[in-house]
Amino acid sequence: MSAQTEIIIIAMLAAVACALPGVFLVLRKMSMAADAITHTVFLGIVIAFFATENLNSPWLLAGATLMGCFTVWCTETLQRTRLVSEDASIGIVFPLLFSVGLILVNLYGSNVHLDTDSVLLGELAFAPFDRVRIDGADRGAVSMWVLTGICLFNTLVIVAAFKEWKLATFDTLLAAMYGFSPIWMHYLLMTLVSVTVVASFQAVGAILVIGLMIGPAATAYLLTKDLRKMLVLAALIGALSAWIGTEFAFWVDVSIAGAIAGTIGLVFMLTVVLTPRSGIIARYRRLKRLRLQYGEETVLFHLLTHEGTAVQAQEAGVGTLYEHLRWRPEFADLICRRLEAGEFIHIHGGTVHLTERGRERAYRVSETLFAEQ
Amino acid sequence: MWAPLSDYTFQIVAAGTMLLGLATGVTGTFAVLRKESLIGDGLSHASFPGVVLAFMLLAVKDLEILLAGAAAASLLCMALIAATVRYTKVKFDAALATFLAAFFGTGMMLMTYVQHTDNPNQAGLSKFIFGQAATMLARDVEITAAVAALILLLAIVFWKELKLVAFDADFARSLQLPVKLTQAVYGLMLVASIIIGLQSVGAILMSSLLIAPAVAARQWTDNLGTMAVLAGLIGAVSCGVGTYASAVVSGLPTGPAIVVAASLVVVASLLFAPGRGMIARAHVRREARRRWKEGDIDVGAN
Repeated sequence: MSAQTEIIIIAMLAAVACALPGVFLVLRKMSMAADAITHTVFLGIVIAFFATENLNSPWLLAGATLMGCFTVWCTETLQRTRLVSEDASIGIVFPLLFSVGLILVNLYGSNVHLDTDSVLLGELAFAPFDRVRIDGADRGAVSMWVLTGICLFNTLVIVAAFKEWKLATFDTLLAAMYGFSPIWMHYLLMTLVSVTVVASFQAVGAILVIGLMIGPAATAYLLTKDLRKMLVLAALIGALSAWIGTEFAFWVDVSIAGAIAGTIGLVFMLTVVLTPRSGIIARYRRLKRLRLQYGEETVLFHLLTHEGTAVQAQEAGVGTLYEHLRWRPEFADLICRRLEAGEFIHIHGGTVHLTERGRERAYRVSETLFAEQ
Repeated sequence: MWAPLSDYTFQIVAAGTMLLGLATGVTGTFAVLRKESLIGDGLSHASFPGVVLAFMLLAVKDLEILLAGAAAASLLCMALIAATVRYTKVKFDAALATFLAAFFGTGMMLMTYVQHTDNPNQAGLSKFIFGQAATMLARDVEITAAVAALILLLAIVFWKELKLVAFDADFARSLQLPVKLTQAVYGLMLVASIIIGLQSVGAILMSSLLIAPAVAARQWTDNLGTMAVLAGLIGAVSCGVGTYASAVVSGLPTGPAIVVAASLVVVASLLFAPGRGMIARAHVRREARRRWKEGDIDVGAN
């Protein structure tokens, strides 16, 4: 297997591994907890390293995972005092823990290859993404196996705890009533997030991990209302973005992690704009249609109200209609032209009159408007 | 122990970081009250592609130009987040995380592109990620002072509007206050705080400078004006103490030291603040329990 293929596969595996727990983070409005965890696992790695003095020790992973859970616990403890809101408590805890990690490394670890750049930008422990630094295919393979394992683990946990998690995510109280401890479900998710972060950020870097977790899940959230479909879609979108991003990075020779994060953002933006029904373009068109429909019905109703009264000439006058509706003249013109083209009104002697068709529509509108009374 | 205080470099760095702390404290007050405190984290990461792009396009490393690039990218990111939250069902946190990663990733992409062009001038661009307060020059302090003054001026001029929009934007709209303009002013204050923070404490620790002083100040008062002044003071003092600590202890990085100092103020405020503080509340509860035991209870009152 060539190095390039290997990198693409690793990127796609990381994307799938991250997207699965990401779905639950997005649904629980906890996306920024992932941001916090990606930063604080650094402290976990630093502490475990000082304890074991070995950069390849599995304790580093254990320490990082524990630190992820500890971060969440700290945030929630702070929040439970009810003195600090949720977002602010995240924003206090993670820079503090990250700072402690930075200080420890600066004071006691100057001879260690544990620099902060590599944590954030994803070259920690000679990640196989760095094509120049690959020494033999073995390293790449290690990362691939680890991520395959994490993918399977995440899938298994989600399949096993699917209905419990679904319930705990959408209705915490009901879940508690049925006897599923929401606290346990919550910390299980946080453990899953921490393990996934630790396993993937060695390969792809902390910032990309946030992108891989939240971006595809947020995109899938726009596209479906079904949790199962959302999980599958998020994994697919993540994997596809990872593939496109990696190929692009090879092509122009830039940071792969950066290209993937950029691709995910682009996919998200395209989805926001183009989604049928809820996308910005679809919404804009619907709003425009509704505005015209509202205008037409208002004019028809206005004409019906004043039909045959003494003030008809004034209220329904060609030049005065817009004043009575308090509209801009251009808008009144536009609506009248549309109504005339549809043969709902006809203009006669400087006054706007309803046609038979127009009167029928106006009655229909008034019936729907006043149906309740 | 007091030797660093008379050192010229220390004075420069301390002046710069304290001005920064003052400005971020005031800005952070609004961010924290609006429950958007994490936006500082997002925007400071989002500024990265702006820095690199400004360097690529203009091929200069003047601080003003790089900071202008940073500000432009942050503002764009903020607008995208606001549009996403407004027009889709995606929530603030998910939009923030997605755009944070996307912008930062784009920055990394551009950065590696610049590095591969063998432009020797590019070295040091990455200091924007972590910041290096210790390398502050007098000129940097001048820029920080000017921007901090602008932020404080905006806060004073738009005080009434900022206050009302932060607490009840709908009510502000019904009073015909310029809500959109106020949001823009708030955005400008945020972005201005972030770009002057980038060069001293860096993108990652920036969010703490916005949040910690405001949260600490919140515990001591229920008045927005007092809170903003207090947050500014706490920010300035934390920055001063952090800078001093890093000058005394060799190898202690300035940015993290500032964050630890500010966090300690938060913890102290949560514990000791009168009324809201945890010790004060525990005391109230103990009193209530004692009175209950003695049968001296007054259920109706308060």
